[in-house]
Amino acid sequence: MVEKLARARAAVAAVEDPEIPVLTIEDLGILRDVRLDGDTVEVTITPTYSGCPAMIAIGLEIETALARAGFPKSQVRSVLSPAWTTDWMSEAGRRKLLAYGIAPPNPNALPSCPQCGSENTEQISAFGSTACKALYRCLACREPFDAFKCH
Amino acid sequence: MTTTSIAVPDEPRIQTLLGLADDALILGHRLSEWTGHAPTLEEELALANIALDLIGQARMLYQATGLDEDALAYLRDPPQFRNMPIAELPNGDFAFTMVRLFLVSVAADRFWRNAVASEDPTIAAIAAKAEKETAYHVRHAAAWVIRLGDGTPESHRRAQTALNALWPYTGGFADRAGWLQAVAPVLSEATLVQPADGWMQPSGRDGRHTEHLGHLLAEMQILPRTHPGATW
Repeated sequence: MVEKLARARAAVAAVEDPEIPVLTIEDLGILRDVRLDGDTVEVTITPTYSGCPAMIAIGLEIETALARAGFPKSQVRSVLSPAWTTDWMSEAGRRKLLAYGIAPPNPNALPSCPQCGSENTEQISAFGSTACKALYRCLACREPFDAFKCH
Repeated sequence: MTTTSIAVPDEPRIQTLLGLADDALILGHRLSEWTGHAPTLEEELALANIALDLIGQARMLYQATGLDEDALAYLRDPPQFRNMPIAELPNGDFAFTMVRLFLVSVAADRFWRNAVASEDPTIAAIAAKAEKETAYHVRHAAAWVIRLGDGTPESHRRAQTALNALWPYTGGFADRAGWLQAVAPVLSEATLVQPADGWMQPSGRDGRHTEHLGHLLAEMQILPRTHPGATW
């Protein structure tokens, strides 16, 4: 039973964010709970942004990952409270984002350039290619880059 | 004559949730009409992002009623919608879109920041997400109102014309005195003249709307109305 739950949990935790595939949903901090009720796996996740279309895909991917791991019956629940914040992103997640070229959320300062590391950056737009990112540019190496919004 | 329309229970909590949800859905739909037409790529992304936030908020609020969210969006007639008419007005030019977004976002932001402490735990949970999003909307729209109002004579004229046309639709905002205090500094920085309060349009919460809502819904609802239960 314990081994079965661990297997289900591992399968769910490895599901990738469809928009930022270097991050798993565990890295992102949206995976709340995995439990077994008989032979049904119950997964609780929490949405990031209200309208994030990735949440629908993530629900489907969790069900698919569980079916592949031998759990054909699963139920994904979305719970609003307490509200997700970028503080829940794991350290591993932050490192992976940076290596992928996206500045991780930084509540205290402008994001550093993920290419050259310079702190001399400026915002181009508060809205980026997805709901969770804003668009910046590095004034040292001149590369534009995405930064994860603090939320 | 058969109809695909649903009946909605006349319960206070449901009607309150529908007011909030319909404000977000209808304005979100209007903003989505800019997709493919915005003046710059950054603005295209911004308007689509804001529309997405609003439609996401609408979904959470529809779900909180315990009724079918798709039926609420697609299978109600105009008099069953509870949104404020300011949300349903056509986009007009870019100045009209941005001035409207600013006026509505300030009201929404103030509402959600209070609602974080709501006694209704579902509304409080939705508010905890929505208030972070509306703060972005206010900042973005305010920056444009200032840029347009304090810009060229043409952009100033368009922003002032939009503000004058929209003002009579602000009478139904909650805590309007507090709202006025919040919008005044931005209008002043934008060198726009705050219009005098005169006759105000009805709030829309009783289902009375402008003629524009029916046209908006005709486009938004045509697929589920024409092909009930369609999936892909």
